[in-house]
Amino acid sequence: MSSTPAVPLLQVKNLRIEFPTRRGNLTAVDDISFDIAAGEVLGVVGESGAGKSLTGAAVIGLLEPPGRIANGEILLAGRRIDNLPFEELRKIRGREIGAIFQDPLTSLNPLYTIGRQIIETIETHLDLTHAQARARAIELLNEVGIPAADRRIDHYPHQFSGGMRQRVVISLALAANPKLIIADEPTTALDVSIQAQIITLIKKLCREHGTAVMLVTHDMGVIAETADRVAVMYAGRIAEIGPVAEVIHSPQHPYTIGLMGAIPSVGDAHERLAQIDGSMPRLSAIPKGCAFNPRCTRVNDVPNHRCTTERPELLPAGKTKAACWLHVSAAAQTDKQAVTA
Amino acid sequence: MIKKSSNVLLEVIDIAKEFDVSKPWLNRVIERQERQILKAVDGVSFTINRGETLSLVGESGCGKSTVARLVCGLYKPSRGSIIFDSVNMADAGADEVQQLRKRFQMIFQDPYASLNPRWRVGKIIAEPLRVHKIATSNADVKQRVDKLLTQVGLSPLDAEKFPHEFSGGQRQRISIARALSSNPEFLVCDEPTSALDVSVQAQILNLMKDLQREFGLTYLFISHNLAVVSHISTRVGVMYLGRLVEVADTKRIFANPQHPYTQMLQSAIPDLKMTGKQRTPVAGEVPNPLTPPTGCAFHPRCPHAFERCKTERPNLIDYEDGGQVACHAVEEKRINIRVAA
Ligand SMILES: Nc1ncnc2c1ncn2[C@@H]1O[C@H](COP(=O)(O)OP(=O)(O)OP(=O)(O)O)[C@@H](O)[C@H]1O
Ligand SMILES: Nc1ncnc2c1ncn2[C@@H]1O[C@H](COP(=O)(O)OP(=O)(O)O)[C@@H](O)[C@H]1O
Ligand code: SF4
Ligand code: SF4
Ligand SMILES: [Mg+2]
Ligand SMILES: [Mg+2]
Repeated sequence: MSSTPAVPLLQVKNLRIEFPTRRGNLTAVDDISFDIAAGEVLGVVGESGAGKSLTGAAVIGLLEPPGRIANGEILLAGRRIDNLPFEELRKIRGREIGAIFQDPLTSLNPLYTIGRQIIETIETHLDLTHAQARARAIELLNEVGIPAADRRIDHYPHQFSGGMRQRVVISLALAANPKLIIADEPTTALDVSIQAQIITLIKKLCREHGTAVMLVTHDMGVIAETADRVAVMYAGRIAEIGPVAEVIHSPQHPYTIGLMGAIPSVGDAHERLAQIDGSMPRLSAIPKGCAFNPRCTRVNDVPNHRCTTERPELLPAGKTKAACWLHVSAAAQTDKQAVTA
Repeated sequence: MIKKSSNVLLEVIDIAKEFDVSKPWLNRVIERQERQILKAVDGVSFTINRGETLSLVGESGCGKSTVARLVCGLYKPSRGSIIFDSVNMADAGADEVQQLRKRFQMIFQDPYASLNPRWRVGKIIAEPLRVHKIATSNADVKQRVDKLLTQVGLSPLDAEKFPHEFSGGQRQRISIARALSSNPEFLVCDEPTSALDVSVQAQILNLMKDLQREFGLTYLFISHNLAVVSHISTRVGVMYLGRLVEVADTKRIFANPQHPYTQMLQSAIPDLKMTGKQRTPVAGEVPNPLTPPTGCAFHPRCPHAFERCKTERPNLIDYEDGGQVACHAVEEKRINIRVAA
């Protein structure tokens, strides 16, 4: 490990997030690991409740109690950040990690001009005079495509349309030149037309500033256009992770295969969409073994009832990694048979 | 222009809906402001044939939901007529309206808000049966509810449960069962899958298609997701700022859009197949509906706009393949007609 020359910008190792409840601990995110390199966009997809937002919140240190990191480590540029005291974490947030959320209105204070909000953020994190901070704010607004930025800077959030507000939120996230951006459903509330503008912008930032992005969304179209790699989450675990083209064109996990078939696309001639019957389990009733087993049509293709008894780890599968027993090598499969026989 | 035929189930002629969004009278007098009228829908006409699905698409705020509400009688039109099975709703007596109402139902975006949380599912589904006196004895009602639950892929046992015990997709199935309970011929569906994950969306879209085939249902389908629309519809109407700008057969409208706005929307569709096609971000945003541009409302964003567009409002004209387009440039053959690939 230590011999690897370049440490990935973000490393998440064996992260587990729990919610203590009266009836015991609910595990919402269960032992997930992934990396993001500088300048890379990692897409995180999955159904609602799969644990995408919690994972993002844990990385920025904004997990709301009683939710807590029960296990694992989060490292930014090789430095552990999950166990930092609140004040130190607050400095990192904004300075080194920027956040963009779904609803641009909740991220902006309606009572202050957007300029005031951006300038304050810049002044908190960078050592600039007020005039310099204002100049930088105008530059940022220009960069995210707000026309007449030098005038618009003194306007209030409600004077902007939805797409423009989301661009203002992005400029706020960028204010201190962070190395990593966590974007949780940044385009979900927007129309396709404006969505395309925001995506183009995010890609430009990665290219020009080497910013790493964790892009959480349930929209595969957005992932296809933006991400370099994609992690597919299911019931608090990563079901599959790999290069975006591979995951989309030759998915290896039965859940990803089902998910890809379920997406309608313009011009497809299919009368019916592929359908995964049933629904994702509740946190209090995650099945033993593979969490997907009650909905999986391949359970009988795996020997020894392994799907219902033993949790699959991420295994090399095609050009991706999939947490599915179908991808255990034939030899290992027989070994196990030999042992149990 | 509109051909009369017994095959037409719904005919909407030049409907409009204006909302008075003025400040209170005293404020207006003090601030010397005019009365403000928002034209949410401004002269929309279309027909839907029996057994067909007409979808309305367009950016947020263009008036899709308002059309749906007008058609269902939830709003009174400011102008125009709605003719259901040859009966003009405005001229029909109270009894006749009650009879007609039974024949159409509405499904909304948020499957939770539209279900009474304190009622058991059985009671929710049975309500239209009792209101329209379709079934009165308890045994009849129960039998019908059980059958409806089975039809939408739930179990008769679910009748005893409350809405919160179901997932989003299951709740949408409950709304569909309720909508179907009065044996309607016509369903108005306003973003029925927009709050759902793709895998759940596939279940609902498949179900809607199955029901249409089985019972010959007619749908007015509203969505901003063009891929969903291309999957479900027979014909598509594109709206911009309260008006229809193009109506055509689904295949044609996506393969060979005529109106510059439709072309813009089409090129903004995310490319899931990753053909490397660059999304063309749509320039500009939907103008404020309180102060719509003169002439063609799209002219400030239109790459083909010319003098006439600023002063004269284009009307829908018949296009050679049975579609309709409202654009001066198309009418004058100024723009090259794109040929389907
Ligand atoms: N009750 C109302 N009072 C005043 N204005 C209204 C009312 N209902 C709708 N509007 C306005 O009418 C226009 C059309 O609204 P509508 O809800 O039909 O849009 P939509 O196309 O369904 O949009 P979305 O995709 O966001 O659902 C918008 O400008 C909206 O703000
Ligand atoms: N405050 C909370 N208390 C209990 N459970 C929670 C809380 N917040 C989130 N969860 C649960 O954790 C799981 C993952 O949530 P989340 O990360 O928000 O999912 P998503 O993938 O939709 O972003 C869900 O089952 C959710 O219900
Ligand atoms: S491990 Fe078994 S149940 Fe899980 S996805 Fe693979 S085949 Fe299906
Ligand atoms: S009428 Fe003119 S402005 Fe409107 S869409 Fe056609 S060319 Fe563009
Ligand atoms: Mg979320
Ligand atoms: Mg609407």
